[in-house]
Amino acid sequence: MILVLVEVSPAGEAVETSREAVTLARELSAAGGGVPIDAVVVGTPHDALVGVLASYGVRRVHALTGSAYDSFAGAAWAAGLLDVRERAGSVVVMAAGTPRGNEVLAHVGARTGVPMAANVISFGGLSPFTVTRQVVGGAALEEMRLSQRPAIFTVAGHAVQAAPADAAGAGELVVEKPDIADADLVARVVSTDEPEPDLSGALKSARVVVGAGRGAGSADGFGDLLELAELLDAPLGVSRVVTSLGWRPHHEQVGQTGSRISPDLYIPCGISGAIQHWAGCSTAKAILAINTDPDAPMVTKATHAVIGDLHEVIPAINAEIRRRRA
Amino acid sequence: MAEVPATADVVVIGAGIVGNSLVHHLTRLGWKNVVQIDKGALPNPGGSTGHASNFIFTVDHSREITDITLDSVAQYKEMGVFTESGGFEIARTEERMEELRRRMSSAKAWGIEAELVSPAFVKEKVPFIEEDQFIGAFWTPGVGVVDSLRAGTIMRERALATGELTVVPTVEVIGLDTEDGPHGTRRITRVRTTGGDIEAKTVVIAAGVWSPKLGDMAGISIPLTPAVHQMISVGPCPQLAGTEGEISFPIVRDMDTFCYERQHGADMEVGSYAHRAILHEPEDIPSIEQAKLSPTEMPFTEDDFDPQLEQAYELMPELLGAEGAEMRYAINGLLSLTCDGNPILGESEVGGLWTASAVWIKEGPGVGRAVAEWMTHGHSEIDLHHSDIARFHQHQKRREHTRLRTTESFIKTYGIIHPAEQYESDRDQRLAPMHDSQAKLGAVFFETAGWERPFWYESNAALLEEYGDAVMPREHEWDSRWWSPIINAEHLRMREAAAVIDLSAFCIFDIEGPEALDVVQGTCVAQCDVAVGKVIYTPVLDAKGGFRSDLTVMRLGDDHFRVVTGGAHGMADRAWFSGHLPEAGTTTLTDLTDDVSTIGIWGPRARDILSSLTSADVSDGGFGFLSCREVDVQGITVLASRISYVGELGWELYVPMSQAADLWEALLEAGAPHGAVPAGIGVYGTTGRIEKGYRAYGAELDGERSIMEAGMQRPKVKAADFVGKEAYLAQREASLQTVLCTLTVDDHTSASGVKRYMLGGEPILTREGGALTDGHGHHPYVTSAGSAPSLGKHVLLAYLPPEQAVIGTELAVSYMEELYPVTVGSIDATPLLDPTNERIR
Amino acid sequence: MTNPLVCVKRVVDSSSEVVLTEDGQGVDGRFAGFTMSAHEECAVEIAVQVAAAEGGTATVMTLGDADAVEQLRAALAVGCTAATHVVAESQTYGPADVAREIAAVVRDHEAAGTPHQLVLLGNDAADSGDFQVGIRLAYELGWPVVNGVSSVSVSGGEVTANGSGPDGHETFRLPLPAVVTVLEGGVEPRYPSVPGRMKAKKVPIEERQPAAAPVGPSRVRLVLPPPSPSTVQVLGEGAAAAPAVVDLFEQLGVLAR
Repeated sequence: MILVLVEVSPAGEAVETSREAVTLARELSAAGGGVPIDAVVVGTPHDALVGVLASYGVRRVHALTGSAYDSFAGAAWAAGLLDVRERAGSVVVMAAGTPRGNEVLAHVGARTGVPMAANVISFGGLSPFTVTRQVVGGAALEEMRLSQRPAIFTVAGHAVQAAPADAAGAGELVVEKPDIADADLVARVVSTDEPEPDLSGALKSARVVVGAGRGAGSADGFGDLLELAELLDAPLGVSRVVTSLGWRPHHEQVGQTGSRISPDLYIPCGISGAIQHWAGCSTAKAILAINTDPDAPMVTKATHAVIGDLHEVIPAINAEIRRRRA
Repeated sequence: MAEVPATADVVVIGAGIVGNSLVHHLTRLGWKNVVQIDKGALPNPGGSTGHASNFIFTVDHSREITDITLDSVAQYKEMGVFTESGGFEIARTEERMEELRRRMSSAKAWGIEAELVSPAFVKEKVPFIEEDQFIGAFWTPGVGVVDSLRAGTIMRERALATGELTVVPTVEVIGLDTEDGPHGTRRITRVRTTGGDIEAKTVVIAAGVWSPKLGDMAGISIPLTPAVHQMISVGPCPQLAGTEGEISFPIVRDMDTFCYERQHGADMEVGSYAHRAILHEPEDIPSIEQAKLSPTEMPFTEDDFDPQLEQAYELMPELLGAEGAEMRYAINGLLSLTCDGNPILGESEVGGLWTASAVWIKEGPGVGRAVAEWMTHGHSEIDLHHSDIARFHQHQKRREHTRLRTTESFIKTYGIIHPAEQYESDRDQRLAPMHDSQAKLGAVFFETAGWERPFWYESNAALLEEYGDAVMPREHEWDSRWWSPIINAEHLRMREAAAVIDLSAFCIFDIEGPEALDVVQGTCVAQCDVAVGKVIYTPVLDAKGGFRSDLTVMRLGDDHFRVVTGGAHGMADRAWFSGHLPEAGTTTLTDLTDDVSTIGIWGPRARDILSSLTSADVSDGGFGFLSCREVDVQGITVLASRISYVGELGWELYVPMSQAADLWEALLEAGAPHGAVPAGIGVYGTTGRIEKGYRAYGAELDGERSIMEAGMQRPKVKAADFVGKEAYLAQREASLQTVLCTLTVDDHTSASGVKRYMLGGEPILTREGGALTDGHGHHPYVTSAGSAPSLGKHVLLAYLPPEQAVIGTELAVSYMEELYPVTVGSIDATPLLDPTNERIR
Repeated sequence: MTNPLVCVKRVVDSSSEVVLTEDGQGVDGRFAGFTMSAHEECAVEIAVQVAAAEGGTATVMTLGDADAVEQLRAALAVGCTAATHVVAESQTYGPADVAREIAAVVRDHEAAGTPHQLVLLGNDAADSGDFQVGIRLAYELGWPVVNGVSSVSVSGGEVTANGSGPDGHETFRLPLPAVVTVLEGGVEPRYPSVPGRMKAKKVPIEERQPAAAPVGPSRVRLVLPPPSPSTVQVLGEGAAAAPAVVDLFEQLGVLAR
């Protein structure tokens, strides 16, 4: 049997990464000749959730309940999972490669004395049981052998696409109430609050950042850029050379030796994209590079680009924004 | 993927400071269809320019490097990217203070404003320095920092504005194709890149640390090595944070700890040349993608830097230890080093394939201009012969040689280097056949072009007693370092009896074929259409009338000439003559350097000694001056040439390497009863020639000097055309701007009472210490200095303004910041010793 | 008094393209250089802050080859005052092996009179990404473990840790001793100062041999994923591209005002 820890969102739905894990579990199941897949959830699930899991091919949904599960405690979740596993005799324990998934399965690994593989993207075969997983932040892959049972691993986000099964599972709900030792509840969440505002600076928390590099030309070359920043309610971030030249203050520097930013949109203007700078902005969700050189690394790594001199492009953008707002 | 044009008149590989400067100057000089490529992106493609500390100290002991640097500074200033900060070189020891005094000599000689100052003076300008850590400093107010990336962009844009430049970044060279030409030569035909092929007859490798890799693609050696220079940035420092712009405080070079401290905005950059030499192979430099910062900013190795950190902290504790000042950036930056510290410039042995490599920021724009001139006119305004790629001998082209020599010299980047200092590594590359015999005689070997040459023989130490004070002993350690009074004893014995001198290092090549006469006539100033058996001493000029060389040519047959030249410059001479072989003809150049050894015998008894070994007629009537012929010397056939660089009767004997040791022994044995001794290059290269006022290429003669200025003109100019003739004829008509003179030192006594002896490079001033300026705007300096034991004088050669070039003019030489009286003894080639050349007959 | 122990690992700096060693068992650091992960840098910062607040000693430890001393010195340069080096090839150690070695250090230090009430680790190693050493360590020691938090404080024998969970900002509070694994973001790790670096150079490092032979990681080999091609969408050239740019702003919803 394959046991999959399924995480439930505050809205009571199975999170996408967990559904991806179940999808991968089906591949495993098929390779093993139709081994049944059971899910474990924390708390009592809505019928809809059980139904969705059934559509993904899940035979039983084990719900961990009781006061031990009122707030998160990794050890308690693992204890519950192992309680189910022992009774059902599963040979594989899986979860999504989320912070919770990795944490709980690490507990499972420690409690069973068995290796755990984090962030698996595919499995290569059952005998030997081989998986491929992300290492070095996804920049490299490791082929890893899980020769002991249970095979314990988490599935990296978006390694597979979540999809219901051709044939739905039984989707039988089993309410579990395991006995949890006090020791497993020492490290548990004592309170959960609304996220606090990030106090580490406007740059790091900004949704949009306007970037400026040597292309600004001089200390006086930032007027249009500052206006764009104002229009987008965005802070200005600059490359090392700009602060080195004394054009802008150091606290605006983005990069390896400055702030690391992750905005929804980063707009580097006149920044060639030295790796030093890239290291500070690579996690931006979208990047609009404005540069005269179409081959500049910043352009080739960006999601969007405008080829041209920022001193021509930015005033035109500013004018266009004002026109549309008017 | 970027694509390159299919053809170009010239392809410049590299978009660092050198490549950008080159495309600017090439288009300025009228080159069309110029293509510049780089594997990186612009404006910083990831080479050494991108992480350079970008400061420029202008004073160097080398005139060539200083001139290139000054030209670069002028160009940076014109582009508006130079910020003057001033710079100090501080001394923690008395030995270093002496070196700073020597630096003052160079500053005065090159006309650069500089001053020796007290720690208090430094403290006033650099308030955060600990003034009790050092004893004095060398202050150069004109030191400054540049924005080399911006300069590169400006120069590239200027070239683009001519409409003749196409720039293609992010394409990598994958091959350099050549085709075979006549006489075993090759020419460049094509640059193959990841963006397509470019057909081009001229290509310049300006690829910095990657240049050797590119050279390999065309089968040429560009012997440089990427080496690490460590640098950290500490900040923000409150003392710096409030200042405006990039730099407000002078740069401090802490010479004794091999460190520098250079303000960069609110940060202080501390750089070091003190660590072990950390060398890389060009093939092991990471790609742009593999590199963390850029390919030439390698991971910092902290352990190597730690000792420097302490020394820097000692010097600036309040600044570097300031609250909030952190080490935010630290790199092992790659830069290029060569075996002799000079750049690698010029056309390689593959026709049309040029290099401009191993160039630092301070030299970039100057090198760009000079190499562009060279490519356009065949010569440059600034003499570049120390940097000529043709200078390398075979053993110097090995990577091993570069690695060993740069390992040895890295620590000397800020070191105190004696002008005669010898390398210890990779020696014994070329040994004369009589090397073992010389070693037994206690020869002290100096290296020239890889050859181990005896500079003097300890076996002659007994002569010291014989000659007493006539050997002009030197009291001061610096003056006598790499020197011995035995040199002067050998000299006196030569003048008295005879000396046998090993000259195996001579570079010898034969020019043979139907156009042989045309080749030597077309390259040499002197008349070469002489009778077979005649020896010609001749200058060789470039087209603008500057010296390429001076050498001797022997006519061995109607279509057969033998060229003999010094070892150090021999490879460049060979390249020059090779380049003047007619492409369509059948005339060949054959290098005999490794096959033929040369032994000189000179002195009043030379004829007696030689005649005791041969039945040939060696009388003046039977074997006249400036003639040559084969003679049998104890069964060995030698080509004897009656010529002298030491002003004595005698011969150069050219002998097959295999028989040279036997000839050497025979001459010593036959010479002994006549009082002959073996003598070293100390006599041949300095004392012997300087008494005779003989000029040396590289000292008195170079591309910036003319025959007229050197006083080497003959009454007539031959009718045949030769390179530089037009310029030379014009020089003969023009008034002189500067005159090569011989001076003698009148009094050697320093303030401390110790007698001091100049070694060369010192400025010549008025008796009162006032500056002199010649018609070129240059300041006179000593081109050669040495003992003239037969005169009992220390002799200096220097180019003087025409007004001072009068026999008897009383001037002064500044040595270690003290003045010594000198008097002009000769204002042309007239020697101080034996002015009518009686001794040679 | 609390004497935090912070565990760091010498890893290849992964801010550039990854190059594998020839045997495929590790990442080649020749070009990129070595570092500790950003999580561990934060853990070091927390250890230093806790030790300062509680008047204890912040000890840094690593398991690695001789070169790993560099990472110990880096931690000493920013405020740790003692260091322990388990000299071993980290590549041949699996997460359980490492956890056992750390536990041995904790026990030995306690026996030697310097008990560590708090062990801090990074949430995951930057290279092997196992996400489990801290947890396995907690089971070795029989201590509770808080995982993936970004701020940590100690007071009155209790550790309070905060991190972001799926439902919001989570707080853990538990009595010491405890193991805590740290995610970057909650504290600003400092760069070394010049005096700090000089001081670090002089701290003696406790060198020790591994307590037991490693079982090893379950690694077969490392491979590189195929490179991702540039997916840049060029919106246009020069000023003419302005409307397309503002369209993009609208589409991303960053123009709302």
